[in-house]
Amino acid sequence: MLEEKNINRTEEETEEQTGKVLKHCWEDRVVKGPDGQVFIVDPIQDYFSDAEPKAYDPVSNKIVEKFLNWARAESVWVLGFGTGCGGIEIGPLRTPRFDVFRFGIQWRPTPRQSNAFIISGYLSVKTLKRAIRSYEQMPSPKYIMALGSCTINGGTYHDSYNTIKRLDQYLPVDVYVAGCMPRPEALIKGFEKLKELIKEGKAEKANDYINNLKWYKTNQKRVIKDWNMPDYNW
Amino acid sequence: MLEMMNELINRLSKSFELSDVVYQRDNLVFVTAKKENTISLVTHLRDYEDFVHFVLLSCADWIEDGVFQLTYILNNPAEKYDIAVRCMIDRENATMTSVHHLWKQVATYQRELKEMFGIDFPGSPRVDEPFILEGWDDIPPMRRDFDTIKYAAETYEQMPRPETHDPAEHMKEKLHPDEWEEYSGD
Repeated sequence: MLEEKNINRTEEETEEQTGKVLKHCWEDRVVKGPDGQVFIVDPIQDYFSDAEPKAYDPVSNKIVEKFLNWARAESVWVLGFGTGCGGIEIGPLRTPRFDVFRFGIQWRPTPRQSNAFIISGYLSVKTLKRAIRSYEQMPSPKYIMALGSCTINGGTYHDSYNTIKRLDQYLPVDVYVAGCMPRPEALIKGFEKLKELIKEGKAEKANDYINNLKWYKTNQKRVIKDWNMPDYNW
Repeated sequence: MLEMMNELINRLSKSFELSDVVYQRDNLVFVTAKKENTISLVTHLRDYEDFVHFVLLSCADWIEDGVFQLTYILNNPAEKYDIAVRCMIDRENATMTSVHHLWKQVATYQRELKEMFGIDFPGSPRVDEPFILEGWDDIPPMRRDFDTIKYAAETYEQMPRPETHDPAEHMKEKLHPDEWEEYSGD
């Protein structure tokens, strides 16, 4: 009996404590910025940058730019986001049989660490929303590789009520890999092509996206009916 | 197994009005119950006939008859056989009593049916929240009067179809008249 009472008492106490902690969490905070400016931050509200994105300006020195492009081509870091059925084809690429790590390609868990996005198959409207968010969070320069016929003309899902038919209407695509689904070998070929483009300085679709942001956004908003995110997800 | 299922149907027929009994497989039987009896039948099966495992709840749209067919499939893990209870509900203002109190997972099926067919299950947890579709503004897409192809053509940008030619006419244009005669065999 005594033990039970003790347990009860501690539970009550911890509840009180957590209540205090939570209350503290919800209160407005005063934050001092690096330049000495003082902000009042409401922890419940979402804060995001509403600045407009800027297109990447190539370095004026051609030799430096060429070197940079070579470096970019040799370290393609892919966002680990499998959409549709192509996510299955990406797995074997990392196994000893295909081993794309030897080409400098590896997978990263967050958009902040990656510069290539593989749209691996059909995108439902719900997934498109997440794909846009992830793509916009990736640091520039960034590239999109689209797999399968679904991203080109809808493929099997050409008459579906819930999948987009042409990816290039909503996100800029650098390389298409045709097939349903493309084999891992085809993916390696796609990576080769992407590297070629990067080295030649032609993989500039991310700049297209920023230059034609208005057109892309109207297309995206026509399909995503419950648009509840900022216009550009930094 | 068939005898066991026969006995079960005989036992059930005493207390419930059943029709359209179909022995689909040697371990699966379909029965149709009246809408007002369905929930008590399902509860009876679970509590007294050991159909404790809920397999699925699905829906078919019989637009010609103006009804939705709900199918509750239950499994008896001890005897290893299934029973499917069909129930016809009106297509207009489709509403059905929820059975989420018997099995928790039914709530998910009911949420999906609400979104895909527009069948309401009052009191079912989170039944009004969006399940797969986000911001859907048309009639529920799995109803048969929903025109999928038309909707897809209107909503999504389509790739233009490649031009197609009648092979004979196309070759006639392409080939020299002499070649064409030889080619067509005239």
